[in-house]
Amino acid sequence: MPPTSTHQPPVQPALPDAVPAPSLYRRRAVGLLVILAALGIAGLLSIAFGANPLSLPTVWGALWERDGSEASNIVWTVRLPRTLLGVLVGAAFGVAGALIQALTRNPLADPGILGVNDGARFAVTVGVGFFGLTSINGYIWFAFLGAAAATVLVFLIGSAGRGSVSPETLVLAGVALGAVLSGLSRFLTLINEETFRAMNLWGLGSIAGTGPDEILAVLPFILLGLLIAILLAGSLNSIALGDDLAASLGTKVGRTRVLGVVAVTLLAGGATALTGGIAFVGLMVPHVARWFTGPDQRWIILYSALAAPALVLGADVVGRVIARPGEIEVGIVTAVIGAPVLIALVRRRIASGL
Amino acid sequence: MSAGRVAFGYRTRTLRSRWVSGRVGLRSVVVSTALFLTALGLGAVALTHGDYPLTLQQVFAALTGAEQGFERTVVLKWRLPIVIAAVVFGALLGIGGAIFQSLTRNPLGSPDVIGFDAGSYTAVVVTILVIGKGGYWWVAFAAIAGGLTTAFVVYVLSYRRGIQGFRLIIVGIAVSAMLVSVNSYLITRAEIEDAMTVGFWAAGSLARVTWTPLVPALAIAAVLIVSAALLAPALRRLEMGDDAAVTLGTRPGPVRLGLIVTGVATAAVVTAAAGPIVFIALAAPQLARRLTRSAGVGIPAAAGMGATMLAGAHLLSLLIAQAYRPVPVGLITLCLGGGYLIWLLIRETHQRYGLTR
Repeated sequence: MPPTSTHQPPVQPALPDAVPAPSLYRRRAVGLLVILAALGIAGLLSIAFGANPLSLPTVWGALWERDGSEASNIVWTVRLPRTLLGVLVGAAFGVAGALIQALTRNPLADPGILGVNDGARFAVTVGVGFFGLTSINGYIWFAFLGAAAATVLVFLIGSAGRGSVSPETLVLAGVALGAVLSGLSRFLTLINEETFRAMNLWGLGSIAGTGPDEILAVLPFILLGLLIAILLAGSLNSIALGDDLAASLGTKVGRTRVLGVVAVTLLAGGATALTGGIAFVGLMVPHVARWFTGPDQRWIILYSALAAPALVLGADVVGRVIARPGEIEVGIVTAVIGAPVLIALVRRRIASGL
Repeated sequence: MSAGRVAFGYRTRTLRSRWVSGRVGLRSVVVSTALFLTALGLGAVALTHGDYPLTLQQVFAALTGAEQGFERTVVLKWRLPIVIAAVVFGALLGIGGAIFQSLTRNPLGSPDVIGFDAGSYTAVVVTILVIGKGGYWWVAFAAIAGGLTTAFVVYVLSYRRGIQGFRLIIVGIAVSAMLVSVNSYLITRAEIEDAMTVGFWAAGSLARVTWTPLVPALAIAAVLIVSAALLAPALRRLEMGDDAAVTLGTRPGPVRLGLIVTGVATAAVVTAAAGPIVFIALAAPQLARRLTRSAGVGIPAAAGMGATMLAGAHLLSLLIAQAYRPVPVGLITLCLGGGYLIWLLIRETHQRYGLTR
């Protein structure tokens, strides 16, 4: 943007995608309404569908009246906690993805692709294999530690060079780290059938088996991560201009980066600990958000926090419907949906570069 | 040596005979030979290790037939096929990696990175768990078919005005991620015994190699090595670009197809016989290149390095088995190779090298 002369009244600043401002605001507001509607519908569907399908009026009634009927029991004890968990981890993964993409200026970043899942899985395997871990509550903390350590490691590897790392290099570093960690986990599970049995079902990315206690234990971390993300959004906007320019605009670049990594660790670590990792949500959602909102991080983070839960709930419903009476874990559904998105992204990189 | 000598920057010997003539770099010949001798030495040491420890003299006696009893059975029937498999398969993986890295002009190119392993894994999982056939030939066939199909799909999906190295790799990662999640879905729904069978296969192990499956694998390996040797000069010319290669009398299309088929076939043979043994194809050519100090990745040195690495990993797995628990050799190569890949990425980032965007 050329500097405007001081004698003229300030010109309406040209937005990067050259959309006139009122139309952009209208588009952002309409998009927000659409996302909220989608989230509401996905939430209702998530409560209605399952091994015992309920009609939408029944769901609506049961939500407002907890009368001890069968429908009300299903809704309040099974479906509602599951749906709320989906919203929570969806928001966490979506915002974590948006943060990683903004921090690394990397359109291909995603907690799952960057090896966070494998770190959590490795830590839990070690816990089960060596420390005789049996309680789900213990799993959570090991998973959290492993996920956090993997996040920090990937960032360290990714920032080993001077300046920012190319997107592909960061993805490869995460994949390599994930490969090593998953190899070690596989070794630990293969030498002991008990460990194999215990780990077999962990880490597929399911929001079905987590109880309220664990959710409450991890909730503060995820909320703290979301709070940091909201506070950082403005600084991230200036970091997008490059570190030097951001510093000259008064942004504390180092502090923003460290806090950003802390937030990613809390969000991705907490959500991975609760679910075992849902891949590709953090990759897809911020991209789609960017198409609607333009490059403003505040809007991207807001959109991601609302749209990612809708995606997770939608994928969860799909997984419950297509494999009835059983179900397919939400992480598997998102991987099958998300991989083509990643392929499309590397095929046309201009579409929503950062 | 003729009078018109060219300074290549390294010592060379010129070979002239009735059928073959050529120029070979002295250093790469010495390094390749040394690597193959190292691989054989590691293999010989590996013959002495196991549940029934032997001395090198006993192994030698058993190999020459001076010793006839139980020791001969142990060495010839049980351990020798595994050691031969380690050396030959390692060499094959090195060749495959060298071909792919040279074709993609990218140190990250290798059959396992572009999704070959994930594809064969999925096919094996489907064969064992869904179709219910766990026999050796079923698994081998499934591994080859799945790997080839996936490699083809990845190649087609990443084709957009030519193949660009990093795009190929990222598409490979995406397809692998999708297949891996399908695998885990199928595995978690299976009986625990079947699931563990699949798990052991996926870890990549030489332990179940016996003579029966090894002999056909060796026959195919011989064909592949000959075809790689025949195509090697053309591969060097392709490195200079298609135009230069055409000028020098190479037809890029058929030659490249032949090279790709050979490269994928090396991975297919190894995966069919031993399960996925990852990262050797990735690391061997680059390590060999650093030893030979040559400009490009040379096939003989990469083969020697691959053989040394796999024989070394096999010996390491035997030593770990003595000290702790049996480890599938594929997991050792996975951990060492993954570490190597991370190191390579950090180094690349420092040098700002290979960042094709």
